[in-house]
Amino acid sequence: MSEIVFRAVTKSFRMPKGGDFLAIDSTDLRVEEREFVAIVGPSGCGKTTLMRMAAGLEFPSAGTVEVGGRAVLGPGPERAVVFQQFALLPWKTVRENIGFGLMCKRTPKAEATAAIAHYVELMGLGGHEDSFPHQLSGGMQQRVAIARAYVMNPAALLMDEPFGALDAQTRIIMQEELVRLARRNPRTVIFITHAVEEAVYLADRVVVMGRKPGRIIETMDIRSTREAEGWEGRPIEEVMDLPSFTHMRSQIWKLLKPREQGQDA
Amino acid sequence: MSQKNFLGPSGTTLGLVEFWLLTLTGFALFFGTWAGVAWLGVLSPQFLPSPMAVWETLVRLWNHPFAGHVYAEHMGASLGRFLMGWALAVGIGIPLGLLMGWYRLLDEIVTPLFDSIRFVAPLAWVPLAALWFGTGIGGPLLIIFVGSFAPCVISAYRGARLVEPRLVEAAQTMGASGRQVMLQVLVPGAMPSIISGLRVSAGLGWQSLVGSELIVVGAGLGYLMVQGQGNLNTSVVIAGMIGIGVVGFAIDVVLRGVEAWFRRRWGQDT
Repeated sequence: MSEIVFRAVTKSFRMPKGGDFLAIDSTDLRVEEREFVAIVGPSGCGKTTLMRMAAGLEFPSAGTVEVGGRAVLGPGPERAVVFQQFALLPWKTVRENIGFGLMCKRTPKAEATAAIAHYVELMGLGGHEDSFPHQLSGGMQQRVAIARAYVMNPAALLMDEPFGALDAQTRIIMQEELVRLARRNPRTVIFITHAVEEAVYLADRVVVMGRKPGRIIETMDIRSTREAEGWEGRPIEEVMDLPSFTHMRSQIWKLLKPREQGQDA
Repeated sequence: MSQKNFLGPSGTTLGLVEFWLLTLTGFALFFGTWAGVAWLGVLSPQFLPSPMAVWETLVRLWNHPFAGHVYAEHMGASLGRFLMGWALAVGIGIPLGLLMGWYRLLDEIVTPLFDSIRFVAPLAWVPLAALWFGTGIGGPLLIIFVGSFAPCVISAYRGARLVEPRLVEAAQTMGASGRQVMLQVLVPGAMPSIISGLRVSAGLGWQSLVGSELIVVGAGLGYLMVQGQGNLNTSVVIAGMIGIGVVGFAIDVVLRGVEAWFRRRWGQDT
């Protein structure tokens, strides 16, 4: 059981100059077990905050967050996080970074070695096991971060704009690989992004958030369309040209657009 | 407008040959001027002995005991004393600095006190050290400790504050315990800063050496110099100074190597 449930979650931050900033206003969201949910929205809509509350890195000011039926009291290895800036430990090799969580759990050595080797292989990191993060490209570093999350065999995967720091080409490759990984090894996933295409391509369901205050405007089912239109197994550029895809995309764009522009002042 | 550089565009790294050539030029100019002034005979050899005379004194000190010991023994005594005092400063200063970086309360209690005490120069501790410890080993250790303590604390403190919070968060989401976060993330994260602090503190500690040796009876480069002064033997004093310079430089070279290794390993090499 690993469904993620937000019930009437409100989060406000105290501002340095006094007063409170309402980041998220009384929000309900249920991510089913093994469902891949992408959350899109403009900067400042609280999407990252929502994910961080599921991770146990932030706590709601009101309401509850539960994963697998249990209230989230803090971070834990059953809820793996992939950060935007990778957050690899610079003084550890690729192998040690991937194996960090296993070491914390005191996994027996043979088992850990096998698990690390499996994800090194799966993420195409072969030959780089003994490299340090700074010796790798951004794309490779994010592969390590994803491998590090998957190797824990987590019930839930929480990804905070994991491809935001990558160049366009690398990003496409990583998106394809994540789809491959996610379909083959489904988890409960919350994927934060502000790239609408990415959300539509990857997710079973897209949640659109707005800001001031941060809240959910709309949720859109992608999975049924994806299955009906046979997106699966096709290269990303082909999928992105399909009318069913562009239709979904522009619907989400319409939801985002007035908010993205109008309320900046 | 970029500044004109004698060797070419700024940022060009020197080749090994140029490096040694320039280094030797500096030494040659220094010793040449010194020898020239001594050779002119304006100053008495008592005031300024020639480099050759100092060299002969060094050789003599190396082979024959002066003030009870040969030169290498004086050097060894100083080095041993320094290592003890420095180890004490590192052993107390680094943990204190890290804790101050992690715990705000401790930071606010200790910092004002620390900031006022650290302006009392190591040499200013000599009278107190003499009163407390007499001629025992405690006095010199205290002086060297005082000399090298502050950079240990400051560098560890800075290192602790510079560890990126998301690395700590990442470790926590992978199930790291408080202890694992400390040993696997916070301490290694502070390492590059700690290592540069070690280098600074070793330099300052070694510089405090002579001050510390004003109050010991027995052996040491500072002691040798004080004895030379008592005998009105300028060459011995200068020979002692050369020893201090050479050993200090050697310590710095070793620690510079350690620092470079850490930077490479931590990916901060640019």
